[in-house]
Amino acid sequence: VTTTTSRAPSSAEESALAPELLVRLYDRMLLSRCLEERLIRMNKQGDGFFWVGGPGEEALNASLGLLVHKGQGPEFDYLHLHYRSTATLLAMGAEPIDTLRQMKNVATDPYSAGRNFCNHYSVRRWNVVPVSSPIEVQFSMAPGTALANKRAAEQGRGRGITIVQGGDAGTAEGDFSTCLVWSSLPRRELPCLMIVANNQWGISTPASEQHAEKHIADRASVFGIKNAVVDGNDAEVCYRELKKAMDYVRIEQRPFLFEAMVSRLYGHSSASGANFVPEEVDCLAPFERKLEERKIMTRTEMDELRAKYTQQLLEASKRVRDEPPPKGDDIKKYVYSEKDLVHGSSGTKNGVH
Amino acid sequence: MATLVQAIRLALHVGEERLGVTDVFGQDVGPPLGGVFTQSQGLKTAWNTPLDERGIVGMAIGLALAGQRPVAEIQFCDYAFNMIDLLKLAGGMCWSSAGDWNCPMVLMTPVGSGIRGSIYHSHSFDAQATRIPGWKIVMPSNPLDAYGLLLSAIRDPNPVMYLAPKALLRTKASPGERIPGEPDDDRTLSKMIDAPLGDRSKWRPDWPDVKDVLVPIGQARVCRLGRNVTVVTYGRMVSIAMQAAEALAGDGIEVEVVDLRSLAPYDWDAVRASVKKTRRALFLNEDTEVTNFGEHLLRRTVEELFYELEAPPKLLAGAHVPGIGLADPLERASVPQADQVIRALRELARHEA
Repeated sequence: VTTTTSRAPSSAEESALAPELLVRLYDRMLLSRCLEERLIRMNKQGDGFFWVGGPGEEALNASLGLLVHKGQGPEFDYLHLHYRSTATLLAMGAEPIDTLRQMKNVATDPYSAGRNFCNHYSVRRWNVVPVSSPIEVQFSMAPGTALANKRAAEQGRGRGITIVQGGDAGTAEGDFSTCLVWSSLPRRELPCLMIVANNQWGISTPASEQHAEKHIADRASVFGIKNAVVDGNDAEVCYRELKKAMDYVRIEQRPFLFEAMVSRLYGHSSASGANFVPEEVDCLAPFERKLEERKIMTRTEMDELRAKYTQQLLEASKRVRDEPPPKGDDIKKYVYSEKDLVHGSSGTKNGVH
Repeated sequence: MATLVQAIRLALHVGEERLGVTDVFGQDVGPPLGGVFTQSQGLKTAWNTPLDERGIVGMAIGLALAGQRPVAEIQFCDYAFNMIDLLKLAGGMCWSSAGDWNCPMVLMTPVGSGIRGSIYHSHSFDAQATRIPGWKIVMPSNPLDAYGLLLSAIRDPNPVMYLAPKALLRTKASPGERIPGEPDDDRTLSKMIDAPLGDRSKWRPDWPDVKDVLVPIGQARVCRLGRNVTVVTYGRMVSIAMQAAEALAGDGIEVEVVDLRSLAPYDWDAVRASVKKTRRALFLNEDTEVTNFGEHLLRRTVEELFYELEAPPKLLAGAHVPGIGLADPLERASVPQADQVIRALRELARHEA
């Protein structure tokens, strides 16, 4: 087993991405940031009880969303995300107004019909498994979908992989070890990409007080799992390195642990105030400089795009305010499923963005 | 006539052959052992897992979401307490996604006392299990129900917990409870499907052509008719209740025995009909008595049938102590015994309103 570990910060100069791709990536990152800022405003204005999200993870998460093989069933990628994955969903083509609907917990919220916090996505037609608040449980489920991916691939049905994402603090949970163990069983390795978005915080507790390991990614090495640590604030690096990791998992049908060093730009959640943290690197800023330097976009174009998204989301939030709340009488709906939704519907590619 | 554990094995075989079961797995479930109680011997999809209950449940959830049909096993329910949040996750998959996903998996685990299993091989799980909405929960008391409930569980689009009373696993079917298609002679069946002692690497089972029998989830069975007093029970306590009923028949007390078979959803119509007839009710199970499922049934009986009753309803359950004591007098003091059941039923029958 060869375990290559790239520990030197990846350099952006390695190979520049195509300008159209960089514009697309920037667009999704910016939309995601504007959406988070709108969510935070909504929360502060009383339009929604709680905010938690992913400002600071856009470079990583938008890259992921653009790279996903999107569809339904084990021929396509499964996503076990966390509540900071906003940019991933937007990059996959989710409508931003739907996130506002979940924030406002209205009946039209397509992810939970007003039952769950914002940024707790569920999109079966894209294999997005319901995001849940307990930290790290997604790492226990991921080997299951990865095994289904592997079986489909062995039968010549696609090359779907499973992607599971969490933060650094959650890696202390046993579920993280579960994923390392189960995805690397001898002769039964699974196509499972584990992503750790390391913002070096667990709510208010710094990682330096709780983690003696130098890099979380190091934990993969003892299982023979290939791994990398990357600068999660460099969008180009994120995209390029994620693509490499995903290609590896897809082609080799083996696991990979991808640790991205990211920022947490508005704190943990609304519970800690959700105020901008100027001390941390904002992944949009270096990306905007790069786009300007390479003459891909001008400062004015970027400013106009930001103003446009900010305005659109403000208007959307007003529309959502008038949408009906869920009915209390529906509280027992969906305790049990009458239909077997997950069987017989696989193999459909859905939604093009 | 099949034993209860053979009935489980036959149902798993039918599940593999006709109902699309893709995986029967857990610790020691695959070859060579085929389960610590022999329940998965000879099955073609049985495999061994790491000793990781959270991983086992997570694997089952992931497989289910990806359209496989998993049957997972936790070796003893005593080891299921570290995975309650994953059980909540499976139970909440449909509700929290507002019907976007269903999670069709079966989780089997042996429960209860009666094999001198001491503190950690004797727990019950029905009180815990019924605290987790979104699951269907079944508990057979005889081989035919064990077979029919498992087939129904496999076909259900929801997560189903299958609680197997471990003290009954070796009990044989009563006359009239034969699984259609099983050989008449016990020794013939054993030769066909029980793995030999010693090296079994070349052994293959010779499965009898058993027919489908579906015991609907949510349907109780009145296993003895009586006019004077009702006992509502399930699992191992059914045979104790039957013994008590037989003993009391000599005193002219007719006991009606209702075997609930499913705890979620449960057959309230059957309970109500029997209690309205006899006007006296005992709720009997071996889980600890504080916040016990029988307490729930008793509460509902009081609330809905109060004016029908001619005696205060009773609960007879396990002592509220941390475990089952190993020594015989301790185990007997931990869970209801036949003499206590007889006494309770006699008191109910003789109570003058």
